[in-house]
Amino acid sequence: MNDVLIILFAANGFDKGAQGLAGAGRRLADELGVSLRAVVLGEGAEAVAVEVARVADAVVVADQAELVEYQPETCLAALAQVCGELKPRAVLLANDTYSQELAPRLAHRLGGSAAGDCVEVRAEADVLRVGRQVYGGKAHAVLTLKRAPAVVWLRARSFAPAAPREAAGEVTRAALNIQRDARTRVVERRREAGGETRLEEARVIVSGGRGIGGPEPFETELRPLAELLGAQLAASRAACDAGWVPPTWQVGQTGKKVTPELYLAVAITGASQHMAGISEAKTIAAINTDPDAPIFKHCRFGIVEDYRKVVPLLREKLKEVMSDE
Amino acid sequence: MNILVCLKQILDPEVPARDFRVDPVRREAEQGSANLVTNIFCENALETALQLRERAGAARITVLSYGRPTAEDSLRKALAMKADAAALVLNESEGAPDPLAVARVLAAAVRRLGAFDLIMTGREAGDWGAGQTGGLLAEELGLPCVSFVDTIEVGDGVLRLKRQTDSGWELFEAPPPVVVTVTNDEHNVPRIPKVRDVMMSYRQPLTKFTLTDLGLAADGNDYYEVAELFVPQKETRCDFVSGDTLDEKVEAFARQIVKAVDSSQ
Ligand SMILES: Cc1cc2nc3c(=O)[nH]c(=O)nc-3n(C[C@H](O)[C@H](O)[C@H](O)COP(=O)(O)OP(=O)(O)OC[C@H]3O[C@@H](n4cnc5c(N)ncnc54)[C@H](O)[C@@H]3O)c2cc1C
Ligand SMILES: Nc1ncnc2c1ncn2[C@@H]1O[C@H](COP(=O)(O)O)[C@@H](O)[C@H]1O
Repeated sequence: MNDVLIILFAANGFDKGAQGLAGAGRRLADELGVSLRAVVLGEGAEAVAVEVARVADAVVVADQAELVEYQPETCLAALAQVCGELKPRAVLLANDTYSQELAPRLAHRLGGSAAGDCVEVRAEADVLRVGRQVYGGKAHAVLTLKRAPAVVWLRARSFAPAAPREAAGEVTRAALNIQRDARTRVVERRREAGGETRLEEARVIVSGGRGIGGPEPFETELRPLAELLGAQLAASRAACDAGWVPPTWQVGQTGKKVTPELYLAVAITGASQHMAGISEAKTIAAINTDPDAPIFKHCRFGIVEDYRKVVPLLREKLKEVMSDE
Repeated sequence: MNILVCLKQILDPEVPARDFRVDPVRREAEQGSANLVTNIFCENALETALQLRERAGAARITVLSYGRPTAEDSLRKALAMKADAAALVLNESEGAPDPLAVARVLAAAVRRLGAFDLIMTGREAGDWGAGQTGGLLAEELGLPCVSFVDTIEVGDGVLRLKRQTDSGWELFEAPPPVVVTVTNDEHNVPRIPKVRDVMMSYRQPLTKFTLTDLGLAADGNDYYEVAELFVPQKETRCDFVSGDTLDEKVEAFARQIVKAVDSSQ
């Protein structure tokens, strides 16, 4: 009762997002003076639960046959049951697709309040407050959640992980009474061919915008540059909407929130909605023909030139500089 | 097939950061000289609906907004894009309603407007970016919901919904009625209405409701409240690489890149 509950999808493993989620959950639980519980859903939940148990006080595994494959209605019903039993004060989720789509509905079923894409969650006396970017990243808001439980999805990767506990938390299996809800059904599921690492986990990112001018230069110019730097490729919404690269490459407010050491923006203006996805990048650099492009306001260093002239030469220079070392 | 598309009118999200101000007391953005526009994801939803109607033939598209009297312009633009009917629920109270308040109003309007097979919202609004209304509306109506949809087809009495995930996509089948939230992709970039159609749209009927008409009271927000709103100050000084020739500049740039990548190891 009144604990903090974190919700994890086993398919993501105990990744950086899950670890950040546990860290945020532990700090909130400490502020409230309550325990940290976790529920892990889907195939492979048990293995993930063992890892989560190192940092949580108790873990519930929900891997019934009906939950092995994600189906939103069934999963939502299961989560509502788990929460109905545990009666948490706060439910925290990460900002993956499934969490984002379920959180508001879960809040509604529990009579609570949801808030999303939060970068901060804190308890002040008995009130839960969250911080989040609004107006496309141009402003920051603090919201007071008026109903309980608070159901909050977080930019989980931006939170520090939790310290391991002395004794691992207890792992139990959820006793659920689930009926498959067939009103919607996933009939096909595809992964976009991508790099080895997820964009969210990439250390270096080379990203292209509308100024790239077409799909080919992503392959002929940006990909070889990325390979040289061991980087992942990404894009602005404009490049995705043009159909030059898949939507999974989109970085920004409504795309991936990335946390690389270096983000190299090539022919991207730097609209606030794009910047909202890279606020956690350590260094931002840009290649742009327009010296007044807003991207330069966020850059550590930059070059005002046509990328078509810069990139081929840059590859040569990088090879030279790297072999000098 | 009866389709409903929910549209939100918002402050133009493309206002450059240097012109953007907030009123910290009212806790809202100042409009300044910025325009009011239809939220882009709502237009992506409408575009998806229009294409569905083009393929499926018999479909009727109604657009619905809850907002200030100015929201009529968003609905008129939707009519100009060739939506069939439009309804506006007027917000006569101060301040912005929270997502649950909006969902309750939209649900009441949906019940008033008739039975829909497909109810569409944008994935999120470009002002407050809540990303909640679609899901909450589904709960208010007791309907299932699929989020981040970019393509919809009909066949054999089911809707086929393609939706984006973090790593790719999923294809759903769902018998109507269903609520979907729509995201952008290359195929649902909104069409631009003809000037003539925009002018004509002002002669088309548009249903208006007040909350009282819908049997609702303006209860205020009991979901969440904005406690603070501010523009964070952050400045980075960009070091533009210097050099007399392109070769020198790019070499300096390459050195900076290697330094940024190395310093992290
Ligand atoms: C609600 C909402 C959500 C959004 N979410 C996102 C999001 O998640 N991600 C996102 O990216 N956008 C998002 N956007 C869109 C965003 O506002 C911008 O429209 C978009 O980011 C612009 O993309 P761009 O910089 O590639 O294109 P443009 O603005 O067209 O910029 C192209 C740039 O390339 C430069 N250029 C052109 N040619 C060259 C050349 N040869 N060499 C070098 N430079 C060149 C130009 O100077 C210019 O700066 C969102 C918008 C809204 C309203
Ligand atoms: N006042 C409103 N009137 C009509 N539709 C709305 C309103 N507010 C939100 N919506 C719909 O819900 C979507 C998501 O908005 P939000 O949950 O506010 O981010 C929008 O794209 C609209 O389709």
